[in-house]
Amino acid sequence: MIGLLIVSHSARLAEGVQEFVGQIGGDQIPVVAAGGASDGSLGTSVERILAGLEQLRTADGILALVDLGSAVMSVETALEHFSGPPVQISNAPLVEGAYLAAVEASNAEATLEQVAAAALQARELTKVYE
Amino acid sequence: MPITVEHVTHFLTAAAELIHAHRDELTALDAAIGDADHGANLDRGFAAVIARLPTVADKDIGTVLKTTGMTIVSTVGGASGPLYGTAFVRAGMALADRHEMSAEDVVLALEAALDGIVARGKAQPGEKTMVDALVPAIEALRAALAEGRSLTRAMQAAAAAAAAGAQATIPMLAMKGRASYLGERSIGHQDPGATSTAYLLQALAMTCSRNEEEA
Repeated sequence: MIGLLIVSHSARLAEGVQEFVGQIGGDQIPVVAAGGASDGSLGTSVERILAGLEQLRTADGILALVDLGSAVMSVETALEHFSGPPVQISNAPLVEGAYLAAVEASNAEATLEQVAAAALQARELTKVYE
Repeated sequence: MPITVEHVTHFLTAAAELIHAHRDELTALDAAIGDADHGANLDRGFAAVIARLPTVADKDIGTVLKTTGMTIVSTVGGASGPLYGTAFVRAGMALADRHEMSAEDVVLALEAALDGIVARGKAQPGEKTMVDALVPAIEALRAALAEGRSLTRAMQAAAAAAAAGAQATIPMLAMKGRASYLGERSIGHQDPGATSTAYLLQALAMTCSRNEEEA
C-alpha cells in the first residue's frame, strides 16, 4: 500500500485535496494532509510534514504531492530526519497529481514507482477538448 | 584572539536585531516579487533562535549553529526556513565540537553554509537568490584575508560585497523560487533573500568590529 502526503502552503487547501482524493479511495488509501506553517498561517512546516510522514510510516512507500515554492525544500528537509519507507516527491500539479496517484494507489499492489508515474501523467492531462 | 561561542552568540543577537529592524523592508521586497512574508518569517525565526540561545550557551560552536539552523527550520514557514536552516546546520557541522575558531574557520563555515543553500535550493549565481549575495561575500572575505587584512577588515569587505551583490539582483531575471513564476516581471526588483543575506553578513562585520574594539 502506497501512502500519499499532501503538502500545500494552505492547511485548508491540503485538507481539501485530501477530501477530494478520499472520494476515490475512501478509507482504502492512506492520505495525510500536511499544509500550512507551524502556526497554521500560509507557509510550509517541516514539523507538520515530518508528523505527516510518521503517520504514513506503515505504508510501503510514500508519494509527496506539493504545491510550489518552499514546499519541495520543506519536504526535502523533513526527509533528512525521517527513516521510514521510501519517499518520492512528485513533480505533478497538486490536485490532478494527487487524484491520479490515488487512482493508481487504490490497487493495493501498486508500487511507489507506479503511483509516482501515474501522478506525473497529470502534467499531460487534457481538460478542455477542442 | 580566537573566536568563541560568546562571539557567535553576539553575531546571532546582532543578526536578530538587524532582521527585526529591516523586517518591513524585507517583507516589502518580497511583496513585489514573492509572497510578502520574508521579513515577518525571518523575524519570527531569529526571535526563536534568541530565545533558544541560553539553552546552548555552554555548548560548542557547532552545537550553537546547528541549534540555530534547526530552530529556523521549525519556525520559518517560507523558503528561507529550509534554506537558512540548512545553511546554519551545515556551518555547525563544519565546526562540530569546536570551542574556538580562526578567521580561516569563518571562511570554512560560510562555504559550508553556501554549499547547504545550493544543495537545498539548487540555485546558481545570477538567478536572483541569496547565492548572489553570499558568493561575492565569500570571495571578498577570502581575498582580503589573503592580502593579510584583519578579520574585521575582511568581514567589512565581505559585508560590502554582499550588499553590492544584493543590489546587483535588481536587473536579474528570477530563475528560482516564487519570483520565478513572475518571469520578466521579476526584473527591476531587489531579491529579498539576497538582501537578508547581506544583513547577516553585516551582522558578522558588526560583531567582528565590536570584538576588535573590546580587545
